[in-house]
Amino acid sequence: MSQLDDLKTAIKSRLGELECVIGWEQGYDPLHATPLFIRSEADLDRLIIGPLAVHNLATYLTGYKGKKVGVVVKGCDSKSVVQLLNEKLINRDDVVIFGLCCDGVVSQRKIRAALPADPGFVESVEIGGDGMTVTVAGQAATLKFADVQADKCRICTTPDAIVSDVLVGTAHTPAPAASLACQDEFEAKSDAEKLEFWQETMSRCIRCYACRNACPMCVCRDYCIATSRDPLWLSQDNTPAENMMFQMVHVSHLAGRCTECGECERACPVDIPLMLLRRFMNKQVKDVFEHQAGAALEQTPPLLTFKVEEERINERGW
Amino acid sequence: MERFITKENLTRLAEELVATCRVLAPVAGGGSVTFRRFQPGMTIDLHTRMAAVSPKAATFPQTETLLVVKREGEEKKPELIETLPQGKSVVIGCRPCGARGKLIFDPVYETEKIKDPYYLQRRQNTVFISLACDRPETTCFCHSVGSGPADPDGSDVLLTLVGEGYVARSVTPAGEEILKLALFTDAGDKGKEADAKNAKAREMMGEGHDYAGAPAKLLARFDDMDFWQAQSAKCISCGACTYMCPTCYCFNITDDDLGLNSRRIRTWDNCMSHTFTLEGSGHNPRSTKAHRLKNRVGHKFSYYPDLHKGVIACCGCGRCIKQCPAGIDIRQIVKAAQEYSE
Repeated sequence: MSQLDDLKTAIKSRLGELECVIGWEQGYDPLHATPLFIRSEADLDRLIIGPLAVHNLATYLTGYKGKKVGVVVKGCDSKSVVQLLNEKLINRDDVVIFGLCCDGVVSQRKIRAALPADPGFVESVEIGGDGMTVTVAGQAATLKFADVQADKCRICTTPDAIVSDVLVGTAHTPAPAASLACQDEFEAKSDAEKLEFWQETMSRCIRCYACRNACPMCVCRDYCIATSRDPLWLSQDNTPAENMMFQMVHVSHLAGRCTECGECERACPVDIPLMLLRRFMNKQVKDVFEHQAGAALEQTPPLLTFKVEEERINERGW
Repeated sequence: MERFITKENLTRLAEELVATCRVLAPVAGGGSVTFRRFQPGMTIDLHTRMAAVSPKAATFPQTETLLVVKREGEEKKPELIETLPQGKSVVIGCRPCGARGKLIFDPVYETEKIKDPYYLQRRQNTVFISLACDRPETTCFCHSVGSGPADPDGSDVLLTLVGEGYVARSVTPAGEEILKLALFTDAGDKGKEADAKNAKAREMMGEGHDYAGAPAKLLARFDDMDFWQAQSAKCISCGACTYMCPTCYCFNITDDDLGLNSRRIRTWDNCMSHTFTLEGSGHNPRSTKAHRLKNRVGHKFSYYPDLHKGVIACCGCGRCIKQCPAGIDIRQIVKAAQEYSE
């Protein structure tokens, strides 16, 4: 049986005890998937998995507090579930985790750059082997997954769900940790160059908060300080400085919590490379606290606890 | 009036207009195409794709300063300074759907009782030079909401790509003034080619969906929260749909206190946000995302048409579909309400 068949069988056997199971289905065109909330066996027929199933469905879990739901997770998504559990934002008993052994997902931005015409003109998509054939505006293009996969997949060390009730698919041998060339290149820039880059980039930001709301760890949602009126912490003016300020608030609140699922960057409608900030912050947290969010159950995030003397913070020696 | 302008001359037009106007044009940067304030040296990107954000900022900027207050010590009375928008603007290279968005704004911001001076000032002083679309995207549905890929309504000039330039047709007197500039030349018989291209683009869209009866069908689902919970399950309550939308016109007003000076600003607001209807008492009549999505869809396809001669408050650009992080399709929601049977 295929991985999808195994998954459907597993979901079918648990569906009766669950409010719903969150998976993916085909979206508005052949190139896009969309989240699917499975409540009946008829819904289950629409379930898909594969390289277009990009959404991290763990984002929805805190919205079902007090109800028992199922969720389908890729390796990266499972780290968000782990982090939510570690922060006691969800109860383990309230979630049934259908884990996938994942072969990676695509970056819609890379697909857009690789196609001969805008992906909005897509006519058909055939997925198979090590790539996909996409027909846009009458022209067929063959794309290799290696060329259009999401950045996070390039450096993934956990392709298989690290926590699950049911794990489907063939297990992978995890790759060793690596860094991304784009991150290294960015960090090699001077402070002045970085400032110029963010001023230019943040002039595109429209403060729609898609980055915040797509984030599985951004659980304040309706009560975010970015939109608080009293006190008015942030101006609603959309200058690059205010926009950057919001991103700084966002990234600071994710210190030690961000699992690098990349949803913020994927959700951004104006292609702001937000993961540059996330990965930088995560590197600091790793250097100082030896902590990686979502890496294992029963970890306490460093900023949710307290030590009188931190081993790597020199507080009195200077 | 019908004229012709080469691609190079369109850029030159933007460069010339900069001297007297604020010029907004789609410019690529960081992988995204957005409307920028054009400066000589920039490359206008008309054909890579439709700009991610609509051109509504030309008449309804994301931040509008409503007034400025200046204080000089305790004794003197604070000075109130009016800040009505000054100068003229030209939008070059929006699509007909984007230009049409402001037709939805007009009956709201200019009524017998209320006239919004900030909006009207910009509206009167902004010229839209639109580019007709030659191929529909999977998310396009302008033809279902009373428009089409070469719809002139809302534009002042309509361009159609023919060979290495554009056939330019004036729609309004302001558009005609622009076409009198020397950069435009005689169109010869290129007009026929433009007509053929526009007809082909329309034909490619096929038959539109019929939204007749949608207002009543949506109202019939008003109290059916099970329906709206199912429709909104994947919504993440961000504002991408509303901020991208050419027809969403809601705003927020806040005071920015800057020491002795302060500023009252009006900024885009969005009905997907919890704070949109949060009342001073703490009560929120739209407490869940289901209530909020119901409002967004209902407003566009039911309440607005009921108030404004049946006009649907949507221009079918599809931005809310393709830019939604969760892939919510507003067409499917309205259809589900239309097809709903008890």
